Amino acid sequence: MSDSHVEVRKTYKLLIDGALARSESGRSYEVTTAAGAFLANVAQGSRKDVRAAVVAARAAQANWWSATAYNRGQVIYRLAEMAESRRAELAEHVALSEGLKPAAAQVTVARAVDRMVWYAGWTDKVAQVLGGANPVAGPFFNFSLPTPSGVVGVVAPQESSLEGFVDCVLAPLCVGNTVVVLASQLRPTPALLVGEMSTTSDFPTGVLNIVTGFTQELTPTLASHEDIDGIDLEGVEGDAADALAKVAAGSIKRVLRPRGRHDDPTSLRRLRAFVETSTVWHTIGQ
Amino acid sequence: MTQHHLANSELGSLDYDPAPESAQIAKLKGAYGLFIDGQFTDPTQHEQFASLNPATEETLVTVAHASAEDVDRAVASARKAYDTVWSKTTGARRAKYLFRIARIIQERSRELAVVETLDNGKPIRESRDVDIPLAAAHFFYYAGWADKLDHAGFGADPRPVGVCGQIIPWNFPLLMAAWKLAPALAAGNTCVLKPAETTPLSALILAEILQQAELPEGVVNIITGDGSTGSALVEHPGVDKIAFTGSTEVGRLIQQRVATTTKRLTLELGGNGANIVFDDAPVDEMIEGIIDGIFFNQGHVCCAGSRLLVQETIADEVLRRLVRRVEQLRVGDPMDKNTDVGAINSAAQLERIKELTAFGESEGATRYTSSCALPDKGYWFAPTVFADVTQSHRIAREEIFGPVLSVLTFRTPEEAVAKANNTNYGLACGVWSEKGSRTLWVAQRLRAGVVWANTYNRFDPTSPFGGVRESGFGREGGRHGLEAYLNV
Repeated sequence: MSDSHVEVRKTYKLLIDGALARSESGRSYEVTTAAGAFLANVAQGSRKDVRAAVVAARAAQANWWSATAYNRGQVIYRLAEMAESRRAELAEHVALSEGLKPAAAQVTVARAVDRMVWYAGWTDKVAQVLGGANPVAGPFFNFSLPTPSGVVGVVAPQESSLEGFVDCVLAPLCVGNTVVVLASQLRPTPALLVGEMSTTSDFPTGVLNIVTGFTQELTPTLASHEDIDGIDLEGVEGDAADALAKVAAGSIKRVLRPRGRHDDPTSLRRLRAFVETSTVWHTIGQ
Repeated sequence: MTQHHLANSELGSLDYDPAPESAQIAKLKGAYGLFIDGQFTDPTQHEQFASLNPATEETLVTVAHASAEDVDRAVASARKAYDTVWSKTTGARRAKYLFRIARIIQERSRELAVVETLDNGKPIRESRDVDIPLAAAHFFYYAGWADKLDHAGFGADPRPVGVCGQIIPWNFPLLMAAWKLAPALAAGNTCVLKPAETTPLSALILAEILQQAELPEGVVNIITGDGSTGSALVEHPGVDKIAFTGSTEVGRLIQQRVATTTKRLTLELGGNGANIVFDDAPVDEMIEGIIDGIFFNQGHVCCAGSRLLVQETIADEVLRRLVRRVEQLRVGDPMDKNTDVGAINSAAQLERIKELTAFGESEGATRYTSSCALPDKGYWFAPTVFADVTQSHRIAREEIFGPVLSVLTFRTPEEAVAKANNTNYGLACGVWSEKGSRTLWVAQRLRAGVVWANTYNRFDPTSPFGGVRESGFGREGGRHGLEAYLNV
């Protein structure tokens, strides 16, 4: 039967403000497998798409943060459930994109799902690990709470199209930031599948926005955007990170520089990167 | 003011049509065995006992009575599961089992709420909106800790304790099971859980849920029985840790029993919480908070705000409004979604409440009891407020564990603190004032494990709960709740 079926080929779209949409520019580009065969047509996002995504992320941020940590955990866990049920599809795309054997791709997908579960559990624990009471020398109740930086721009890893993407995106989301992410230029489809899952897993619109396209074209917009509070440059290759880090300094962004994929998976580096410490003093007395 | 009063009185006369939840949702079986090594098994002595619906005195099901021999089987099963499976299961894998359990509790929440209300007598509104969602939330929260123990502040790679014996009370049956099991499993321990004699059912449904979640056999064993079963569990040499929630009287016995062993122990015992009301408190919220603090779950709450300490200047007004509000509480069928106060859990508990409240009158306190009609069958006690209570009265000194509030007065913050602390217990207190600095000043001086400000009876899986002094030691909930189950 599969012999007679003519495949329906999907064009992969951007995810901005909860909608799967073509680029406003009308552009798309061809994505190939690691072996060079045609894989899919993917929207080629423009600088304007990036700016629209930032507007959506900003609008969504206050509500995402004011939702309870428990609720954010449930939403991220729901994403893990959605991903689990679509493991085969994810593995197929990871295998084709990254040139992995099926078994290796399945392991990668399983690790990515576990990573979602890991972050689902962090939402309501970050305050207990990063925050605390401060015994100031005076009649004050003083405590510090971790709060989100705000809107975080992420340049997702170019190589690790799924696992790296999940890690870079969920860390800032889990602590209450909203995200605009540039997916891997050459391997964008696993990220876009996660984006599709996010639209059916209780994520409020605008919390996760995914732009695909040419990294070099779009990163300067992300790094210089005045309404982005932090930027993860993981997917920026070579010396380009230096230039972008300098641009990001223009609006005092929090910058996470690329470190490659050799991080200790239990490290809290990514969680801590886009968290502010907010301290409250309250008097004590009759 | 007069108009305000009238409007509220008219509200109080509103009738509600019955809105009963269906008991069929419970899908109870006729009899339940002991959950050992992943299977329901017959008790070795073949003894069964009945679990009653306290609102009707009808038998709901019969459950197995676990003998010392059964306790031994359960502990052996937990030990084997610990040695061969659970201690070798990574945190990330343990997490996923706990997430599964949380999800299934959510899926079966309606059934669990009905079971809980039938077995316990608490209003369905409370089991539906509080007990069951909080139980699921507890599993969710600790699921997340299982693979993050290195970050919990107890040093690198903290290890579990081993086999935990957990004995829980009848006032929040499923929630207490969740409080015990979730952190224990997250930390890598295996468990033998003994639910209370009068409320074993939701724990047995939980056993089914553990099967559905495919939790490895023996990781959790659930054995029903009475005090003798609990006693055998406490004494069993194969148990590394005992966690007990219940009365101070039994807690003391347990502490004595394990005093000469290497067993670890945490105790969550009785309380006699003070709800301190200053004259600048937000009045409507405060009245509702006092009502909720003592009549929630028929007052069967170890942290109930059973002593109201009200500033003298507003005492008359507060009492007047309280008495009016008590009259408006809807008492009766726990399965009715409009019910505020359900049935007392057992004949024995009803007897104790009656005995202590009789002292209230004979020692000179002024009694206000709701004129509500009580059903003919079942165990019922009308909501009651005692005014003119002094610190020497038995109703002020002892834990009544029922829908009975004692009202005392104070003049200064120092006096409020002194009176609040004038008890051997130290579980929870409430402070009602718009002045934050004073609330914190009072909170600093209260000898209590939990202080609620302008609210009462709040529970959350992220927030540690537990007592000081004779209310016990150890914390459940939050990051701190892990400590009891880690070898640190």
